[in-house]
Amino acid sequence: MGEQTVLRMENVTMQFGGVVAVNDLSLEIPQGKIVALIGPNGAGKTTAFNCITGVYQPTNGRVEFMGKTMVCSHPTGKMKKSYLGSDRDKFQREPIMAPTPDHVAKLGIARTFQNIRLWKSMTVFENVLVAKHMRAKQNVFSAVTRLNAGEEERMRRETMELLEEQGLDQYADEIATSLPYGLQRRLEIARALATEPKLLLLDEPAAGMNPQETQALAEYIRQIRDKHDLTVFLIEHHMDLVMKISDYIYVIDFGSEIARGVPKNVQKNKRVIEAYLGVTENE
Amino acid sequence: MEQLFTPEYIVSILLSGISLGGQLALIAIGYTMVYGILRLINFAHGDLFMVVGLMGIYVCAVLPTYAAIPIVILITMGLGFAIERAAYKPLRSAPRMSAMISAIGVSYLLQNTATYVTGGQPMTYPTIETLNRTINIMGTPTKLVVILTPALVLVLIVLLTQLINHTKIGMAMRAVSKDFETSRLMGIKINRVISTTFVIGSALAAVGAILYFTTYPAITPTSGSMPGLKAFVAAVFGGIGSIPGAVIGAFLIGICETIIKGLPSSWNVSVFSDAFTFALLIIILTCKPTGLFGEKATDKV
Amino acid sequence: MLQQKTNRKGAAGAVLGILALLLGVVLLENLSALIPGLPGVLQPTSQLFTVLKKGAVYALVVVSMNLLNGFTGLFSLGQAGFMLLGAYTYAIFTVPMDAKDQVYYLYGGSAVKFSLVDLFEGIFGTSGAGGGIALIFAVLTGLVLAGLVAALFAALIGLPVLRLKSDYLAIATLGFAEIIRAIFQWQTLGPITNGANMIKGFPTFADFNIKNSSGQVVLRLSTMVPFLVAAVCIALVVLLIRSSYGRAFKAIRDDEVAAEAMGISLFKHKMLSFVISSFFAGVGGGLFAMYVANAQAMVFTSTMTYEIMLIMVIGGIGSISGSVIGTFLYVACSEWWLRFLDAETYIGSFKVPLLRSGFRMVVFSVVIMIVVLFFSKGIMGEKELSWAMVRGFFQKLRPGKKAAPAEKKED
Repeated sequence: MGEQTVLRMENVTMQFGGVVAVNDLSLEIPQGKIVALIGPNGAGKTTAFNCITGVYQPTNGRVEFMGKTMVCSHPTGKMKKSYLGSDRDKFQREPIMAPTPDHVAKLGIARTFQNIRLWKSMTVFENVLVAKHMRAKQNVFSAVTRLNAGEEERMRRETMELLEEQGLDQYADEIATSLPYGLQRRLEIARALATEPKLLLLDEPAAGMNPQETQALAEYIRQIRDKHDLTVFLIEHHMDLVMKISDYIYVIDFGSEIARGVPKNVQKNKRVIEAYLGVTENE
Repeated sequence: MEQLFTPEYIVSILLSGISLGGQLALIAIGYTMVYGILRLINFAHGDLFMVVGLMGIYVCAVLPTYAAIPIVILITMGLGFAIERAAYKPLRSAPRMSAMISAIGVSYLLQNTATYVTGGQPMTYPTIETLNRTINIMGTPTKLVVILTPALVLVLIVLLTQLINHTKIGMAMRAVSKDFETSRLMGIKINRVISTTFVIGSALAAVGAILYFTTYPAITPTSGSMPGLKAFVAAVFGGIGSIPGAVIGAFLIGICETIIKGLPSSWNVSVFSDAFTFALLIIILTCKPTGLFGEKATDKV
Repeated sequence: MLQQKTNRKGAAGAVLGILALLLGVVLLENLSALIPGLPGVLQPTSQLFTVLKKGAVYALVVVSMNLLNGFTGLFSLGQAGFMLLGAYTYAIFTVPMDAKDQVYYLYGGSAVKFSLVDLFEGIFGTSGAGGGIALIFAVLTGLVLAGLVAALFAALIGLPVLRLKSDYLAIATLGFAEIIRAIFQWQTLGPITNGANMIKGFPTFADFNIKNSSGQVVLRLSTMVPFLVAAVCIALVVLLIRSSYGRAFKAIRDDEVAAEAMGISLFKHKMLSFVISSFFAGVGGGLFAMYVANAQAMVFTSTMTYEIMLIMVIGGIGSISGSVIGTFLYVACSEWWLRFLDAETYIGSFKVPLLRSGFRMVVFSVVIMIVVLFFSKGIMGEKELSWAMVRGFFQKLRPGKKAAPAEKKED
């Protein structure tokens, strides 16, 4: 189709001890699309995110970002013997690449967290301002001696613009964690946008929201995608949200993919329904 | 110089190393148990050890030894309990750093009180006849305390392991160290478990102190901090939270330290007998932060 | 927020404030010479000036610890070790050549055949203004070197230990300080460190008192010097904390995972904070050596670190002004106001119970425990002293008037 693939996961497996949290996950996220990763509780969705963002080094597999290998791993040491996943030998010859999360952020992947992680002693303004730190042209000497005044001013101006755009400017001086829940989620997205990402990972952005808020969120995610020229990859439980905004959906259960496709096909998929009904029974 | 390394000399160094290791082990268990449950480095534990020494002096002055020893142990258990209730319990829900700061505060308080009581003068620990009796081992005259220490350590550890593995309170301790919050939700009386841990740790430290100060009788207000820190290093070395680990670490540190101290004085290295322990600490923390038998804990993101 | 103007105004105000403070200190120290018959408190030998000097030195060290503990959330207990490095570096490089043989007599002289004092005296001369300039350059270079050596060691030790979690980091840095102390007491290094003996004979604060040709002191500057150095260093720390880097430090303190996900390199920033903190601890160590007029390894024990940490707690973890206020309060109490607790006192023939040597420290420790347990925010919490706060405080004091709502801190 000619559209560029922003992120490609290839046979990614994450094993903790004897538990395979993500098993042989392969997926592609095309430029400018909104792609969702869904699955019941404990299916390994957040673990998959953590494998992309450098929080975990996957046990096996490769992640490509903008056509370049960003993460690559294969079982080593003790894991060689106890590895339970597939494709053991596929990446054996490739050098291990395990960037730290800050490195991943610099490459252009920003994320939000399932359990909101704002900096609690800082104001709304500062929370976004700190996220600008990474891309600022300065060093510690210019910062202390205030030779970076121009840069600092630019950071502050852009932060304010971003807050205005997100409708958070009236809360700029409030302590971030004193905001209502929905606004905190929005602030986390604003903070992620401040790092100037190409790909935005949203970990359950609608968690804890009521139906109206969820409705508004769908529109909002589309908006920021268009405005900031983003690609969005999200984890979500709210089926109606996922079905409404996703261009493509991957479904996983117990770490493995059970279905993929456009929303209306996934909705009808037997295994997906089973997986979800099964969980509902247990809950 | 050759004369220094006679077999007798080597045996005596090893024996006193094992003995020192045993004494450190008794302190290390207190550190490792408290850390296992509260994730707190109880900096005051070493100073409690010093207080036991001082109490020994004062109690032995008025009572015969056989009566003084159990009394000192009992008072120490009470003191350990009181410290936990007064200084750590109010901070249970505070950030971890606060409890550690509080521990340092208690350590400061105990040291300063000791300085006040003793007038800052080094005190001499009373000679306990039975422990100081000399016997011959492989031709080396040795004090009984040197032999008694490792034996006593083994007995106490077996008892402690039995307690932890086969009693109700022991089970509760294991549960709390695995997951504090869940244990609380499951109806375990957290405060009782923690108090018991402190009391057991204090009792062991008291026994350790009696043995230690019999070997090194000069007590100053800071006498406890160095053995305390070393015992903590031993606990880290063995994998914090693991009792056998702490004991093995303590013996290793005790032996290495006496070896360094026993090297010829012309080498000028005895000043590193303390520093060695910390070098070991930094090495173990960089290479294997979980220690020999420690468990890995991961943060949830 | 976007107001750069107020920032500039604030900076000018701060510089003026510091200058006024220094001038005040100079005036205070020379007041007794200008106006005869003042009470003993204002005599140069009074405890007041001991408190001021020691307070300035400690304030810098406490602030350096706060940068690390309070603003970056790294619980490090190595401060005494870095002070030791600073003190020795300063001492070793500034003992004048002709004093070296006497100081190092046990080792037959020093292995460091070089002294900053002689170097600068060679350039500027030894007498009059030239000697003064030489002294200033020698001391400043010595203090900067002291900081650099401490920072260098921090960078080396930081490589392995900064990856550790909170309490492991504490114990590792504590251990590092003990190792450093052992190394500096090592006989084999005697020709450099003078072994377990103290190094003396280097320039101290008293050398800054200006004397006339007959050797009489005409202008006392001995208290102003530590104030000047400490004020400049603390101002630099404040500038750092209020910069983009300072905000990144706070982000790491508040939530490491989020900070890293937003592109802040944990290792780089932790290292930066650790190295800068150690630099100022090193400068503080140099000042400390000047204050006590000697450098001796056995002083820089873990107890010293604990003391510094407890002052930081009293002042408020995460507040620079709190650290400074806390330090002066603590030093004033321990060196001056509470001295009476250590003296056996008789009222008539009645001996006041408990008062004897050591009681002061017991009272102190109890107060500290009370602060730790019940006032864990310390004096300032995470706030900084501002005019609004001072005004609010006095308004609260005035009866009948309603206290103004606390204004938000600037910036």
